[in-house]
Amino acid sequence: MGKTLFEKIWAKHMVRELSDGLSLLYIDRHLVHEVTSPQAFDGLRLAGRKIRVPELAFATMDHNVPTTEDRLDIKDPISRNQVEALKKNCEDFGVKLFGLGDEHQGIVHVIGPELGITLPGLTIVCGDSHTSTHGAFGALAFGIGTSEVEHVLVTQTLVQQKPRTYKVEFTGRLAPHVFSKDMVLKLIGTIGTAGGAGHVFEYCGEAVRSLSMEARMSICNMSIEAGARAGMIAPDDTTLDYITRQERLYAPKREELERARAYWQTLPSDGDAEFDQTLTIDAGSIVPQVTWGTNPEMVMDIDQPVPAPDSATGYSRTDVENALAYMGLEPGVKLTDVDVEVVFIGSCTNSRIEDLRRAAAILDGRKKADHVQLLVVPGSHQVRLQAEAEGLDWIFKAAGAEWRYAGCSMCLGMNPDQLLPQQRCASTSNRNFEGRQGKGGRTHLVNPEMAAAAAVAGKFVDIRKWPDI
Amino acid sequence: MKPFTTHTGIVATLNRANVDTDAIIPKQFLKSIKRTGYGPNAFFDWRYTPDGDPEMSFELNQPRFEGRSILVTRNNFGCGSSREHAVWALVQDGYRVIIAPRKEAGDQRLPAFADIFRINATKNGLLVVEFSENEVNAIFNLVNTHTGLQAAVDLEKQQVEFQGALPTIYHFDIEPRTKEQLIKGLDDIEQTLLYEADITRFEEEYDLFTL
Repeated sequence: MGKTLFEKIWAKHMVRELSDGLSLLYIDRHLVHEVTSPQAFDGLRLAGRKIRVPELAFATMDHNVPTTEDRLDIKDPISRNQVEALKKNCEDFGVKLFGLGDEHQGIVHVIGPELGITLPGLTIVCGDSHTSTHGAFGALAFGIGTSEVEHVLVTQTLVQQKPRTYKVEFTGRLAPHVFSKDMVLKLIGTIGTAGGAGHVFEYCGEAVRSLSMEARMSICNMSIEAGARAGMIAPDDTTLDYITRQERLYAPKREELERARAYWQTLPSDGDAEFDQTLTIDAGSIVPQVTWGTNPEMVMDIDQPVPAPDSATGYSRTDVENALAYMGLEPGVKLTDVDVEVVFIGSCTNSRIEDLRRAAAILDGRKKADHVQLLVVPGSHQVRLQAEAEGLDWIFKAAGAEWRYAGCSMCLGMNPDQLLPQQRCASTSNRNFEGRQGKGGRTHLVNPEMAAAAAVAGKFVDIRKWPDI
Repeated sequence: MKPFTTHTGIVATLNRANVDTDAIIPKQFLKSIKRTGYGPNAFFDWRYTPDGDPEMSFELNQPRFEGRSILVTRNNFGCGSSREHAVWALVQDGYRVIIAPRKEAGDQRLPAFADIFRINATKNGLLVVEFSENEVNAIFNLVNTHTGLQAAVDLEKQQVEFQGALPTIYHFDIEPRTKEQLIKGLDDIEQTLLYEADITRFEEEYDLFTL
């Protein structure tokens, strides 16, 4: 029987099998950020340990950092302390750091691919659940806790239970104005926030093949919102083109690239490989999605009404009541009749150059509604520079947007970018949990065009009808 | 790590599915570079009023749950962010055991706990116990009808005994390795370093770009 992409990578990285179906797995790349690493470095100090292979760890600052012009001067002393702790830890232990002010600083899941740190066939971990993003390259990439961060630093391995495999096939082609973001929201709405638990997704099918790397990353990014540790897409010409089309510091070059290319071609799942679960979704029938509740499975087509506690299948009545109360929504309301006060375009889900281009295309020659605050936060400093080279920053600023510097920003509001209680936000991020973007804030997850259009209209928009709304 | 063998304590309920780690410990508390000090901030947004007083409508603030150390909740507890701070907060707020249901719905199996949360819990000596949905419903009923209900958890015997009018015993499954780790309070990194020779041999033969 053939092997899946996942099984090939798993087998290659197996240092040894342990009892109970557990494996000791070798880790190729360890991405580090300021929030989930300080306690791990302290653990090393306490035990008098060193990092086994410091060259395989790469650090950046993203969660805490301000995104405003004066960002280098962090006002919040606790945030500053955490950022400074990372700097010291990287110096003390010999880890490469792309710190605040560095030309390659940015959201860890944006800079990994940009720098060629993320490559097909690798095992990649980070103390961050959205590490699943890197699976878009055909890597096995998953989030870990701080104890596991320390474990990887010391041993360059992890003890892992082998996950099961789950094939998610998107047939057909996407309709105009429908994004990969809508594909993954549709998936989460279909199987639920725990539907992928214990599994690794492999996304395939015509609709996936035709996506750019940026769009593939948005899908893999949100695998964790369906409970899966990881999501993967087999490497192909699109992947190779992304890796080689520009200088990427850590990507293989010349003879090494030729060798790598030959290896990467062996990675896609064999034709007769079997998956533990499979699901097929007709991509052509997907319409733009919007979340109505307080987790990503509480999602619907933009033209549908907000469900009632009795009619929402798959939820307990209390969960729907709690969600609607928190969101300040009545059953039966259409979100196209609901005002938004803040629009956030950014996060490791949708802050790459392609996302900004498509948001800019909507905003070009238009202005945001007066009552809306519009934040555009590029995922990395390189994305910011690219956007400026293309003149996108002028479009954003002319539309009344705040054009920011790179960071996680309002996706989780660890920096000053936060929602106020009861503010309603159309957000291109990945989590609509209670309080996620600020205590009491109301998050609706949408694709980048839907977010941009909501800023102009001042309420949610069915982007398929744009600009004739 | 503090070993876990047996534990007896008051049982509290949190009747919500999909409790995410943002709710267990909100972002503002992740700025600390320490492993301690998270306990009072567990469930912060639900637990306190904007003035910082206890929010009395929050289930876990009921006086009958005073001194609780065992939490019974609904499925997919600990989903979302990988932040281990969520486990630190629960442990430091006095929880030793979390109980949740695995739910079978058609061909779908909904887990009691999210994958990363489960791993983080074990590494901090927090026992996570899965029961069937019916069993968890019965436990919710027991807690609601017996003020100050206590339970005795015995990891060796893999059982929880609820001390209501009639003692009720439920048994749970646990992976042998996890069980051993908890009972002995083993340090994970030390365990892996026993295989250091294997890691070195692997590295010597390893090539990133060949199968």
